[in-house]
Amino acid sequence: MRTTTLSLAFAALFVFAVAPASAQDSGTLKKVKDSGTITIGYRDASIPFSYLNDQQQPIGYAMDICYRIVDAVKAKLNMPNLKVALNPVTSSTRIPLMANGTIDLECGSTTNNAERKKQVDFGMTYFVIKYRYVSLRSSKMDTIDDLKGQTVVSTAGTTDIKALNELNSSKNMGMNILSANDHPAAFLMVETGRAKAFLMDDILLAGLVANSKNPSEFHISSASLGLEPYSLMLRRDDPEFKKVVDDTMTKIFTSGEIEKIYNKWFMSPIPPKNINLNVPISDSLKKVFEHPTDSPDPNVYK
Amino acid sequence: MLGHFDYHEIWVNLPYLMKVGMTFTLTLTALVVVAGIFFGTLLAMMRLSSIKLLSLVATGYINLMRSVPLVLVIFWFYFLVPYIGAWITGASQPVKVGAFLSSVITFTMFEAAYYAEIMRAGIQSIPRGQVWAGYALGLNYWQTMGKIVLPQAFRNMVPILLTQTIVMFQDTSLVYVLSITDFLGAASKVAERDGRLVEMYLFVAVVYFIMCLAGTYIVRRLQHRFAIAR
Amino acid sequence: MHYHWNWKIFWDMTPEGTGTYLHTLLVGLVWTIATALAAWVIALALGSILGVIRTVPRRWSAIGTIYVGVFRNIPLLVQMFLWYFVIPELLPTGIGNAIKHMPPPWASFVPAVLCLGFFTAARVCEQVRAGIQALPSGQRMAGTALGLTLPQTYRFVLLPTVFRIILPPLTSEFLNIIKNSSVALTIGVVELTAAARAMQEFSFQVFEAFTAATLIYIVVNICVVFGMRWVERHVAVPGFIGPSVQAGAH
Repeated sequence: MRTTTLSLAFAALFVFAVAPASAQDSGTLKKVKDSGTITIGYRDASIPFSYLNDQQQPIGYAMDICYRIVDAVKAKLNMPNLKVALNPVTSSTRIPLMANGTIDLECGSTTNNAERKKQVDFGMTYFVIKYRYVSLRSSKMDTIDDLKGQTVVSTAGTTDIKALNELNSSKNMGMNILSANDHPAAFLMVETGRAKAFLMDDILLAGLVANSKNPSEFHISSASLGLEPYSLMLRRDDPEFKKVVDDTMTKIFTSGEIEKIYNKWFMSPIPPKNINLNVPISDSLKKVFEHPTDSPDPNVYK
Repeated sequence: MLGHFDYHEIWVNLPYLMKVGMTFTLTLTALVVVAGIFFGTLLAMMRLSSIKLLSLVATGYINLMRSVPLVLVIFWFYFLVPYIGAWITGASQPVKVGAFLSSVITFTMFEAAYYAEIMRAGIQSIPRGQVWAGYALGLNYWQTMGKIVLPQAFRNMVPILLTQTIVMFQDTSLVYVLSITDFLGAASKVAERDGRLVEMYLFVAVVYFIMCLAGTYIVRRLQHRFAIAR
Repeated sequence: MHYHWNWKIFWDMTPEGTGTYLHTLLVGLVWTIATALAAWVIALALGSILGVIRTVPRRWSAIGTIYVGVFRNIPLLVQMFLWYFVIPELLPTGIGNAIKHMPPPWASFVPAVLCLGFFTAARVCEQVRAGIQALPSGQRMAGTALGLTLPQTYRFVLLPTVFRIILPPLTSEFLNIIKNSSVALTIGVVELTAAARAMQEFSFQVFEAFTAATLIYIVVNICVVFGMRWVERHVAVPGFIGPSVQAGAH
């Protein structure tokens, strides 16, 4: 009995002893300079923002923007030989890994919102999405009401699954909500019939469907929920690094370079199956490119 | 059913599975065995020590690690290690730790508790007379332990240590919960990308089965070789 | 990087709107215990039968050996995936679809229970076998001398003693099954570790969530150890000091 009480005491001591006190924030730039490496968090299946190609290298729209930011950091710190380390993240590990210092910049499909801004910070918005759901065409589901009483899946750690839960309780939809580890796993659940629908950002759904074995058997709903901006994620309370990120992105946006990058990933054939997603720049996105913003408020993008 | 089994899928992805996945798993296992047995032996000695504080700390740690699931420990360490690193090195920011290093630390800390119990049984199985003889010869504690007790304890415990290692080899598959690419993780990624769950998971099961069976066979052979006539 | 401590988070409502975070953790605990107990029933029953089969002096006792060989050499997580993903695909389409369309949470709970049950049965089998082999062979011979058939010898002479001997290792196995239930989170069972993880994802309070889960596991551990110690004392045969069996690793 004494030893188990001691285990409890040990556990408590362990946790509190390593609890970081309010540390002096020396910033990402200093950290990068001292270590000589900048670590980028990437996704392995967020097509076409950040995903692995056939050689298991991360590529994508967000990755291209990120590499330009790395170039800007190299210039600012005068370190042309800055090493770039790549670290895979998932929806549920990205924020804790940013908070505990494993990654310096997250380049994926992360939504910028006010609640997350309590833990991390974001760069300029580079894409705007709506939530939609994908289901088998044979299920004949298209509206939000069609989800009532069904088994719906979403990916762990995303704003989508949170929105799904809020929808379920606020409108009494009676949905059975499942949580999957990552987007392909959730998509597979719809494919194999374990779930009736997968709620996710519309562009990610388009990518998954386009790259699936049989795209014609799927249907992405015309009904949508919410409207959210994607941004790069970086550490909070780090004005120097944020300035580098924001300045680089503003330059890319206003100079028109962003259109070339956009067309490369959304309007041309992309690896691994050389499929063209064919998603032209939406009106809200055009507004964002003309007037870059990092606002977490969805109303700004309407 | 099994008629549609896609062997080609396995063949095509074999290099990726082995080079990325199995390498991770085997390297992780090898490193953890060495570090785990080292720390486990230290823990066992602490636990058997006559210094009350050391004994209590070791017992507390071992009981803590044995009370919680490995999955929970994996989560803990993945998010906690950078902070510990900062605390140890006195850095002002959490220290960057990659997935592999985090896994090594997690499994070492966890398995050390189990190895400690095995080594404790081993040390306690050595007759006390050995220790007294050591002291009578003028050796101090460390010399007695290092030259007399531990070599014998080790030899007695090798089969059980190896069995625990095989168990740990299987447990490394749990890094899946962090989407880390070990052997199972790699197979999982391929399976989800290509929709070939059945082939991939059956393949993983067969590979693990063959490797663990071979391991168990080797342990049994070693048991014969290491047996001491008493 | 500051970490923002917030121990009051347990009393905040979850975004699911079904209760506080503390409530979610406790519901998770209920699922952990349910999974563990259901699997333990299977493990004990099947494991005992297999343990007996392995010690029976017949040709078909090899079944036990094969079973243990298969279920001990495949990692638990891989077995979990086989039960959840592969078996519904391998069964005839009708049954397979029926399994896949089981409403959650049963769609995850049933495979998890079966997987844990069969996995632990292999270990219980080994404990029972070790227990039977630890008994002096005189017991079996005495049974024969008294005119008992083999099943009767097992039922009246060997097994009662064996189960008393192996209560400590069985306690260990029961604790293991509670810990192993956490692996079920990979197939969607929202047990305690999964609940802690969900709490971490929704509230970003990593340390609070996992500390709570750790403390709950420790408490469960203590309860089980005390409970089994009570059982041991309750069923002990006065004056009988049986040989103790080496507890298995893990």
